[in-house]
Amino acid sequence: MTAAADVGGAVADAHRREWAVVLAATVRVARDLDLAEECVQEAYAAALSAWEREGVPDNPAAWLTTAAKRRAMDVIRREQTFRSKLPLLVEPEETVDELALDEVGGQKEEQVANLESVVPDERLRLVFTCCHPALAQEAQLALTLRLVCGLSTPDVARALLVSEQTMAARITRAKKKISAARIPYRVPRPAELPYRLTAVLGVIHLLFTAGHTAPSGSALMRTDLADRALHLARVLRDLMPDEPEVRGLLALILVTDARRGTRTGADGRLLRLEEQDRAVWDRAALAEAHELIVAGLRGGRAGRYLLQAAIASLYAEASTYEETDWPQIVALYDRLLSLWPSPVVALNRTVPVSMAHGPAVALAQVEALEQDGRLSRYQYLPAIKADLLWRLGRTDEAAAAYRQALELTSNEAEHAFLTARLRMSIGS
Amino acid sequence: MAQYAILIFDDAAADDYTPDQQAASKRHADDLIGSGAMITAYALQSADTATSLRGDVVTDGPFIDSKEVVAGVCIIEAPDLDAALELARRNPAVQWGRGGVEVRPVAGGIPPLAG
Repeated sequence: MTAAADVGGAVADAHRREWAVVLAATVRVARDLDLAEECVQEAYAAALSAWEREGVPDNPAAWLTTAAKRRAMDVIRREQTFRSKLPLLVEPEETVDELALDEVGGQKEEQVANLESVVPDERLRLVFTCCHPALAQEAQLALTLRLVCGLSTPDVARALLVSEQTMAARITRAKKKISAARIPYRVPRPAELPYRLTAVLGVIHLLFTAGHTAPSGSALMRTDLADRALHLARVLRDLMPDEPEVRGLLALILVTDARRGTRTGADGRLLRLEEQDRAVWDRAALAEAHELIVAGLRGGRAGRYLLQAAIASLYAEASTYEETDWPQIVALYDRLLSLWPSPVVALNRTVPVSMAHGPAVALAQVEALEQDGRLSRYQYLPAIKADLLWRLGRTDEAAAAYRQALELTSNEAEHAFLTARLRMSIGS
Repeated sequence: MAQYAILIFDDAAADDYTPDQQAASKRHADDLIGSGAMITAYALQSADTATSLRGDVVTDGPFIDSKEVVAGVCIIEAPDLDAALELARRNPAVQWGRGGVEVRPVAGGIPPLAG
């Protein structure tokens, strides 16, 4: 007998860490996402009492996978005629092999060995299916949290700030499309890989950004979401270690996340980079990111995530804000802008430009972007403009720009920050 | 194998296909027939020949008033969506920058489509 609390902890731990592994392996047998999910959920529930009786197994993932697959096979046998009408989600020959092996094999060691040799690939299939470009991006985000991270639908709804009902409908619709349109359960061929990988990286990055700067609400960060994104980025790096942008994304998340604890003060107030306590930054995360970035830049073909990571890392490396290597950061932004000509990148570039070449030069560039109009709803444009005007001593115009930025933000921490800056600029 | 409808959309204001474009469409159709993927295909007359019915009301023109209109439809067979998209991507309508295609799984048909 194992204490109930220990077992509960072991099951929760296996849920957090192994959900994707277990589900991905079960989908191959179930050939259907809903059935696979159901069976995996049941396997986790069964683990609670079984592990209390027999002790926590050495390899919880293998135990759970075997239990979930067995349930799936039972259902399939029972509903043979019905299931055979469903589209095959998985290439048939592989499913047959898998079933055959399970039925003859039976020995635990063999199954564990088999599991370990096929598992990495299985999780990748799951990730690529969830992030298939035939699904809307909001559906990709929801499915990734639901299927790859194993979050419940209410948790996914809370994380992505929509009602539970809306989220349930969104997930149901996405799963229905996967099955009706036969979105295949596989890793894309090499020719499609760059395009498909971009979608996967985009989803992970969006999850991280959503967690890092919650678009509304009082907590600046929904740390759980950021943690999930970091975990996904690590899993992807383990699964595709040779993809430069996979390493780039992990590095970017690590660098950004290393400052997590210092982005707000004790009172929840937003702190600017120059006000943050650099001593508290997570040095281990920064060092890990640094290694990824150096290796990536050396390998050439730096993509947008790697370049963003390199920029963030340069900011973090300086011992004080003033000692930041501004010209080098501007140079990295130039490279980033050439492969990703986005007005947001151009706007962010004006900050190091203001440090390297002065606020007047930067202000001219911000005003050009304002004319362009594509960032008219983007609160950081008037916020950056206000700061530049303030530094140039044009306080009235700075106050007007702060007011404009305030109108566009719904995050309470950012709102408080901008209000304080506005008060400063009008000298009250 | 599954069946997909490829709905071909074209710019409502565009001229008819040029002889070159017609030849390219024909070659694409022949490729689909040759590979065994083609089930059936129809090209439609231009949308200004369309007549729409909504309740009791008869109107001149396509059902949905938009910049792009259905110009043809083709039913293909493919193992999964990726394979269907691969075939759809080769459709000349996707390449010319004056329209595109929508790929939709077929739910059923009369006479029953071979499955």
